[in-house]
Amino acid sequence: MLRLIPVLPFLGFLVNASFGRRISRRAAGAVASAVMLASLVVALVAAGNLVGLPNPGRALVEPAFSWISSGDFSVNATLRLDPLSAVMILVVTGIGSLIHIYSTAYMDKETDSEYARYFSYLNLFAAFMLVLVLGSNFLVMFVGWEGVGLCSYLLVGFWYQKESASDAGKKAFIVNRIGDFGFLLGVLLAYVRFSTLDFQDLARSASALSPETSFGTLSLITLLLFVGAAGKSAQIPLHVWLPDAMEGPTPVSALIHAATMVTAGVYLIGRNAVLFSHAPITLTIVAAIGVATALLAATIGLVQNDIKRVLAYSTVSQLGYMFLAMGVGAYAAGIFHLYTHAFFKALLFLGSGAVIHALGGEQDLRRMGGLRRELPIAYSTFLVGAMAIAGVPGLAGFFSKDEVLFQTYAGGHTLLWIVGLVTSLLTAIYMFRLVFLAFHGARGEEPGAAHHPSHLHDAPPAMALALIVLALGSIVAGYAGLPRALGGSNRFERFLEPSFIVSQETRRAAGLQGDLEEAETATASLEVGLMAVSTLVAAGGIGLAFFFFLRNPRAADDMVNRFAGLHRVLANKYYVDEIYDVTVVQPIRIVSEDGLWRGIDVRAIDGTVNMVGETVVGSSEILRRLQAGSVRVSAASLFLGVVLILGYYLWR
Amino acid sequence: MPPGITFGDFYNILPELVLTAGSLVVLIADVLLPRRSGGWLAWITLIVIGATLASLVPFRETRVEVANGLIAVDQFALFFKVVFLGAAALTVLMSVRYLEIEGASPGEYYFLILCATLGMMIMAGGIDLITIFIGLETMAVSFYILAGFIKPNQRSNEAAVKYFLLGAFSLGILLYGMSLMYGLSGTTNLRVMAMTFAGQESDPRLILAVMLVAAGVGFKIAAVPFHMWAPDVYEGAPTPITAFLSVGSTAASFAMLLRIFLEGLPSMKPEWRVLFEGLAIVTMTVGNLAALTQSNLKRMLAYSSIAHAGYVLIGVVAGTPRGVAAMLIYVLVYAFMQLGAFIVIVLMRRQDIVGDELKDFSGLHVRHPFAAFAMLMFMLSLGGIPPTAGFMGKFWLFGAAIDAGYVWLAVIGVLNSAISLYYYIRIVVFMYVKKETAGSEPTMSPALGIALAVAVIATIALGVYPRLLFELAEASARTLGAAAITTAIR
Repeated sequence: MLRLIPVLPFLGFLVNASFGRRISRRAAGAVASAVMLASLVVALVAAGNLVGLPNPGRALVEPAFSWISSGDFSVNATLRLDPLSAVMILVVTGIGSLIHIYSTAYMDKETDSEYARYFSYLNLFAAFMLVLVLGSNFLVMFVGWEGVGLCSYLLVGFWYQKESASDAGKKAFIVNRIGDFGFLLGVLLAYVRFSTLDFQDLARSASALSPETSFGTLSLITLLLFVGAAGKSAQIPLHVWLPDAMEGPTPVSALIHAATMVTAGVYLIGRNAVLFSHAPITLTIVAAIGVATALLAATIGLVQNDIKRVLAYSTVSQLGYMFLAMGVGAYAAGIFHLYTHAFFKALLFLGSGAVIHALGGEQDLRRMGGLRRELPIAYSTFLVGAMAIAGVPGLAGFFSKDEVLFQTYAGGHTLLWIVGLVTSLLTAIYMFRLVFLAFHGARGEEPGAAHHPSHLHDAPPAMALALIVLALGSIVAGYAGLPRALGGSNRFERFLEPSFIVSQETRRAAGLQGDLEEAETATASLEVGLMAVSTLVAAGGIGLAFFFFLRNPRAADDMVNRFAGLHRVLANKYYVDEIYDVTVVQPIRIVSEDGLWRGIDVRAIDGTVNMVGETVVGSSEILRRLQAGSVRVSAASLFLGVVLILGYYLWR
Repeated sequence: MPPGITFGDFYNILPELVLTAGSLVVLIADVLLPRRSGGWLAWITLIVIGATLASLVPFRETRVEVANGLIAVDQFALFFKVVFLGAAALTVLMSVRYLEIEGASPGEYYFLILCATLGMMIMAGGIDLITIFIGLETMAVSFYILAGFIKPNQRSNEAAVKYFLLGAFSLGILLYGMSLMYGLSGTTNLRVMAMTFAGQESDPRLILAVMLVAAGVGFKIAAVPFHMWAPDVYEGAPTPITAFLSVGSTAASFAMLLRIFLEGLPSMKPEWRVLFEGLAIVTMTVGNLAALTQSNLKRMLAYSSIAHAGYVLIGVVAGTPRGVAAMLIYVLVYAFMQLGAFIVIVLMRRQDIVGDELKDFSGLHVRHPFAAFAMLMFMLSLGGIPPTAGFMGKFWLFGAAIDAGYVWLAVIGVLNSAISLYYYIRIVVFMYVKKETAGSEPTMSPALGIALAVAVIATIALGVYPRLLFELAEASARTLGAAAITTAIR
């Protein structure tokens, strides 16, 4: 049954890819959405079956076929559903279905064949993402890992009329190469060390070891895997591609670049929690990178003027929170945040999509304002999303972010906690800056606003449906993990714990907090206290945003003028792109174009043939050119090769 | 009949005889059939290839040495022969339309393809330096002519002359090495030679011979720094010939390499291992880095094929049966994906457009969804993405390296595959993301369609269900060297 979950979207892909041009657009959208909903139903049933199994060790395993086998080594294409992957498939199919439905209305301006092409890619993406989270070993995961990357390029570049769209694809591409370096090397080393690629076997083998207090093989393996995770999940210094990927259609940003693909890195760490727990050095690095990413991305988000870019930096920042949780060993808390984030970030992206759709493609915040009257559905749902991410008590983001911060604090990482808290202040500010600039105030404050059609249309039914469902989700999703301190039993995390099973001794030896339950009951009052602090911070952030961007916009300008230098640094995203350009891009270009191109690729013909024209036949011409160079150069290189080899043997 | 050669020997080389006779039939048919009947000639050629394949069937289990140890008939050779014949068949299928578009009369084209194939088969079976040399030259001379087959095209001419000159130069080096081997052992039979050389590992003359032979073979597989000819020849030669050259000739040269080094020079393993280790690293890295900046697809595939030769060399370094099996797998898998990519390039060829520039592929998925999809599969496979065949090939090569204790070599291989994905996926981005270019409808013909379908299906099937191939390759690899029967000890 498990295999149906990825196969259904794949069938949708096949239908739309093969017959997309021949069936009506309504049918194309319906097929794509229907397969996702069907996949969601199967996922729900599977998750239900899973819950019915005795805990702990509950898992559904479904060997699809024996893929590679030779002598002592074999890899099976096996799917495995455990609590962790159950959460993931529900997020992917659930949020995915809504985004497919939303897209049927959002993409309505495309031609028929483009429309079908869009949905075929979207289905294919979902299929690969489901393979990624259901695979029981690294090889199956790798199929999904590369597959989602490919679909991401295709969808980011979907509007190829935009030059920036294909450039963005390129950047995503190179950064992900670096991530894949890490991922593949990590997998390779894991295989060399443990002779298996199966997650369960790896965890078993690692459990037998004691945590590495100094940098050893496990630390290296996990660090390499983290490089892969950082590439996929846009963590510093590999975060540069995600904001640019916003060139793609907005529902794509919501699905791939907020709710699912970019969380694959977090999932990768969660999936290998046992390995990571045995490498405390790597965990420290993960936590540090995570919190740094959260803070820096949030500061950049403060000053961006493109509505989607603000959300993109917000995503990077929230992913940083998840990595912080992973890094302090609070795996379940990290996945909890991943799950609530999927709701409210998808909601925010789709809400911004509704605005962009209504304004005919306008994305600049300075040309928006006062939209709340014309777009009531978009406004109200967006507001829910903003409150959820800002940490307003009672909404999804509050519970999950607080859980992350609480676990960080309880684990003794006070400094990380403080940075996390500052970030959550910034989060509230930038998010409500967005709300106030786009939906409140008056329109026409900036030149260009006059372009807006006088009559704006609010989200059409398909879009409204997705927005409302996600808004409801953003309100209630957090209650699945209601902490003990508030009278809940933290069922979400308790459900997940078996996926990260690490013995108590290991946790202590690795410097991680001991048992969750024990920690929670002992510190219930602490948790409530921290929650109060968070609530104050969220309220303060919203208040500051209110003051600067609605009540007294001049004050914001004053601040910009007073801190002009800082503002410039933030507006230029800490000049990371420029630094990369000078230190990496240019040197590589020089080496590969001037060095390799002239040194290795001696091409005799280049301009000459084009000038002479291919129709000119003359042996003298050939002879002339043969004498002029390339053959002699080639022969010389051949000879040089022999000399080099000879030299080696003489010299050694 | 020369002493020691019996009729049984002739029976054992039946496939070669069938191919020889068949190639003569094609040559005569070319004269008899009316002009402009290239299509017919191609189908006759395919029948000859089919007949040769069929004549291999009785030799599935055979392991003998023929004619006093000139040729071995074993599963190792059999595996390669199937690869050669398959590659030749696909080449013929893609040639029909290509020759029509170029306006070239087929003439001896198909005959020469069969001759080259015959040469390859002899190279794979040869366990005697003389036999190997004859096979090599039969193949090489055919390719010299084929590379310059499009006579009005200057680049094609230039490619031929260049290939010929450099080929002759490298052959000199190879022959020098072979003559040293003969001089030191007093025999040309590789298996007898191996026994003679045991215990002489430190003889500097033998080391010199190893190096020279390695350099000569290095030229044939386009290993860096002996690769300079490849990009120009690949770009200039007619596209189907480029495809056949990069697949067939390279595979045959690897067969020759394994015969000479594993059968003839096993005692020198520590020496040539280091050598090939260095060559593998340099070849992979330079090939991939140079491919990054290419905008011409044939040239890009030339560098990519250099890089792939580097990957395959990893199997030689491992030098274990598992390494050899991985090489066999890779050579087969590579044949399908590389030929497939060239088939798509041929599809793009039109009177007005050469079709091998990157920009020609812009928006191909709109103009020809199947061609774009096929190309996507080939690129993913060349880049080593599961579940395609190319991933399986790399998986085994790197696995064999790790098994033999060469973890670093595997690491470099993995890094290289990650780099290579950049330029492979770039083509995918052009096909699926860039705006379509107007007015270059790809041309499809039944022959091209069959060839393309075969290549795509194989590329996917061997990735999803690789077991059978593994078992065959492992069994074939085991017949090389180690347990070989030596009938003649002179």
